[in-house]
Amino acid sequence: MSDIEKLVSELLDGKHRALAKAITYIENNRSGYRELISELHQHTGNADVIGITGSPGAGKSTLVDKMAKTYRDRGKTVGVIAIDPSSPFSGGAVLGDRIRMASTVGDMDVFFRSMSARGTLGGLSTATTDAVKALDAFGKDKIIVETVGAGQNEVDIVKTADTVAVLVPPASGDDIQMLKAGILEIADIFVVNKADLDGADMTVKELQEMIHMRSDGPSPDAGHHGADALVDTDVEFPGESSEDWEPAIVETVAKSGDGIDEFLETLQKHVDWLEESGEGTRQARQRYAAEIQRLIREDVARLVERDLEAAGGLDAKVDEVLAKESDPYTVADEMLAAIRNPVNTTDTE
Amino acid sequence: MSVEDQQMKIRCLVAKVGLDGHDRGAHVIARAFRDAGFEVIYSGLHNAPEEIVQATVQEDVDVLGISILSGAHNELVPDIIEGLEEYDAHEDTLVVVGGIIPDEDKEFLYENGVDGIFGPGTPLQETINFIEENVKRDE
Repeated sequence: MSDIEKLVSELLDGKHRALAKAITYIENNRSGYRELISELHQHTGNADVIGITGSPGAGKSTLVDKMAKTYRDRGKTVGVIAIDPSSPFSGGAVLGDRIRMASTVGDMDVFFRSMSARGTLGGLSTATTDAVKALDAFGKDKIIVETVGAGQNEVDIVKTADTVAVLVPPASGDDIQMLKAGILEIADIFVVNKADLDGADMTVKELQEMIHMRSDGPSPDAGHHGADALVDTDVEFPGESSEDWEPAIVETVAKSGDGIDEFLETLQKHVDWLEESGEGTRQARQRYAAEIQRLIREDVARLVERDLEAAGGLDAKVDEVLAKESDPYTVADEMLAAIRNPVNTTDTE
Repeated sequence: MSVEDQQMKIRCLVAKVGLDGHDRGAHVIARAFRDAGFEVIYSGLHNAPEEIVQATVQEDVDVLGISILSGAHNELVPDIIEGLEEYDAHEDTLVVVGGIIPDEDKEFLYENGVDGIFGPGTPLQETINFIEENVKRDE
């Protein structure tokens, strides 16, 4: 039995150490990790993957802790991946999200893994998606992915999570912030955390307004101001009746646990909606398509690089271009010829 | 250096265990490790041995650094190492201890599976070098 086969069978048997090792394989891009993911693939698809994002200090880790605790109380197993930024200078990182996981310490059925972004922008590490697969295959019911403290453009979480919750702390800007593109567009659920602070009501109201403007679309109807808009401000789960999911807003105080039950209910509603509307399948299709494309791109890039090395390296080609013996387009064409006509490339490996 | 090597990072858990609220040293170490390019997971204060075990197993760290200033190392450290063994996590984890460890206790700790002990005044670079030279890789 190969190392990978052994690892996979131990992981599927529920051995924690094997799960931890598998994630390390994935993170380090160690040779054999592709085989690992291939083996795990058929065992995936049973977990609900929840993304938690929001600005630094919004309360993501504390909320995740309370979510994990509540899921455990309900008999669900939980996997958590928490990503923190890495230093652009040393490549090192201090991963501090684990400290907040106070409610479930000592409970091995909460598998918590800290990850460094390892230089990736977008709020996730490149290994995150595959690590989620490992947790899924291991048999976790709920997988929570906590992104790095996100600014306005860290939206990669949508590529991994079924449901994305964006934390918005109270008084986090005026209504112009709400108009901006980016992170606010990816939310399936808005969580106004620290709802006991001043300004929470205002934030909820501004989010409601934003959602309504969006669902009204580009129609020139200007009637949705004032009284009109206020009438339906208490509609918290508008997704139920319509085909489309309209982002829900929940208020929580993660520290005390207030609002967590309601939040988890809303998450469940979204999961149900994904199932019923067929959107879940659509998302999965899109995700796999993107993944296949990414893998092909990576492999092609590697092949071309190898051919380039064999042809004397990039520097030699640059010399030719500088000397006007060739030009960038011709060089690129030459290099790609190997892939266009596989007859010419005898696989030397 | 291949892409694969670049992605190999030394992962380290810096842990405070037991009734010991002094974490300045642990913070200094965590920062120095980060600047050395390690990925450092900091446990926070007042962890029970089983919490340290859980974190070490799940995070699959290469290095477990335990900071103890309370004097209870002869109890706590063997508890942690026993826990690691239960999960097959001892043999590939480098265990180092920092803090106030009297000379007469060092032998006992080494016998119980500790790989290195670093007392007050150890230059940070010395600890980092020790880890880089002794880290246990799977292959």
